[in-house]
Amino acid sequence: MEEVRLMKGNEAIAEAAIRAGADGYFGYPITPQSEILETLMLLKPWETTGMVVLQAESEVASINMVYGGGACGKKVMTTSSSPGISLMQEGISYMAGGELPGLLVNVVRGGPGLGTIQPSQADYFQATKGGGHGDYKLLVLAPASVQEMADFVGLGFDLAFKYRNPVMILSDGAVGQMMEKVVLKEQKPRWTETEIRKMSPWATVGKTPDRKQNFITSLELDSAVQEQVNLRIQAKYRRMEQEEVRYEAIRCDDAEFIFVAFGLTSRICQKSIQLAREEGIKVGLLRPITLYPFPVKPIEDLTKKTKGMLVVEMNAGQMVEDVRLAVNGKIKVEHYGRLGGIIPSPVEIVEQLKIKIIGG
Amino acid sequence: MNDIIKPENLVYRKSKLLTDRVFHYCPGCGHSTAHRLIAEVIEEMGIQEKTIGICPVGCSVFAYHYVDIDWQQAAHGRATAIATAVKRLMPDKYVFTYQGDGDLAAIGTAETIHSCNRAENITIIFINNGIYGMTGGQMAPTTLPGMKTSTCPYGRDVELMGNPLKITELVAQLPGTYFVTRQSVHTPSAVRKCKKALRKAFENQNLKKGTSFVEIVSNCNSGWKMTPVAANKWMEENMFPFYPLGDIKVPTE
Repeated sequence: MEEVRLMKGNEAIAEAAIRAGADGYFGYPITPQSEILETLMLLKPWETTGMVVLQAESEVASINMVYGGGACGKKVMTTSSSPGISLMQEGISYMAGGELPGLLVNVVRGGPGLGTIQPSQADYFQATKGGGHGDYKLLVLAPASVQEMADFVGLGFDLAFKYRNPVMILSDGAVGQMMEKVVLKEQKPRWTETEIRKMSPWATVGKTPDRKQNFITSLELDSAVQEQVNLRIQAKYRRMEQEEVRYEAIRCDDAEFIFVAFGLTSRICQKSIQLAREEGIKVGLLRPITLYPFPVKPIEDLTKKTKGMLVVEMNAGQMVEDVRLAVNGKIKVEHYGRLGGIIPSPVEIVEQLKIKIIGG
Repeated sequence: MNDIIKPENLVYRKSKLLTDRVFHYCPGCGHSTAHRLIAEVIEEMGIQEKTIGICPVGCSVFAYHYVDIDWQQAAHGRATAIATAVKRLMPDKYVFTYQGDGDLAAIGTAETIHSCNRAENITIIFINNGIYGMTGGQMAPTTLPGMKTSTCPYGRDVELMGNPLKITELVAQLPGTYFVTRQSVHTPSAVRKCKKALRKAFENQNLKKGTSFVEIVSNCNSGWKMTPVAANKWMEENMFPFYPLGDIKVPTE
């Protein structure tokens, strides 16, 4: 049954995975997300739901275990943080090419390189533009609370199977580490093999006499055929753009100016809105929940009645490019970012709004 | 002639699990024979509905076209990681990998060692021909000292390029391996021995006692730039002394 708990974002991911009826988790420790594997090992779901939990020898092995599980029509996932996600990119590309479902969580830390263990949003490009080689996209969900960390696990699995495509939850070290109240959903049963054979007839669960063999591959040496594969995959992304855009608009109705921010910075911007409005500045927030597909239309619509947008990110300017594409020069769009694991304060965001948008 | 063609005189037939697709392998290559043996073992054990194969990057990347079971094609070197997940998620299935030397013993070394060390209850089939066949004959981790390839055109200089890796002896040292053997498929008697080893390696999955590892020392007549007959002779004279055939680790009980 539903349960209300106070917990970290990372712990919520682990609890939600078990409750979503996940079949397997494969991961490798890395700060700031090791609590996910630790929590699963403490909870021992293999004794209750039968969920497999394995600490792999590397992120490279982890993502390929997710490939193997996804190819069997199983609900499988891995979690990591930025450097580990970089290591997984080849496997993620193979999953996109093989059209496999799977849930990936990036609890982002600052980079490049080993960088910092403090929170960051610097992996936006990697998550939303493909990341690995070849033309592919992940469906990317950006949680801004511990509740969403929990809720997006089940949603992520649903979307991964709906589109036969990997889904990424792009979080950050702060959302992973902070504690909040969370309502955990009731336990869902894991799928039986009969259900998997029915729902995912492509899954490699053993060839029976009533069907042809199934094989999962991303290899096609005939370019004419490979182009058709690419077009089929691209058509899926167009369908995601039609059906899966999720966003939240806060106090946009009377707003003259708009903050555009995702995840942690969208939470901070809510305080900035309060501070700015106390000074008589009418500002609202557009928060993309899906980073891909990006909420192009809602942002475009806001240009009709607002004067400028400040894109607030914990990076050097990544989502701002997508905002500018959506705005297409109609109003002013500027970026404010903090780097290296620094979290911007509500006051400095208001100051930047004044300097870069209102005064500029 | 028609008197001879009777069911009771049948000594050989193609496995029902081998598809009608013509092998893309070079004539004389051991891969085709190894594929046939796997198809026969799966058919004879009656486990077609319960078997999932994981094929590699390399010449055998298209193994799924030839053996009529469910397959997954792995990223280069990662077959045993994939097999680990498949077996753990579906412990009642038979799961095997089919990998070449570059895949298993170079880029996939970490996955190979850790899967064996975790005692994953899978079968690993390792084709060792001492060369990268698919990419056109480059040096492999198992290329012999002095052996010529396109990336050691003057012969493998171990001072410069390092030593060949005897990964089969290495995995035999790990507590997680249950059965480790080295076979070949270049003569009728070798084929019969190899088939027995493969059957044992698949049957071991019922015992849940760890990893079964079958190396098949094979030829690459195209990569070695020899006729098939000369390649097999060269293999006997050069590969077998370095990679001696036979069981390396057998269950004690």
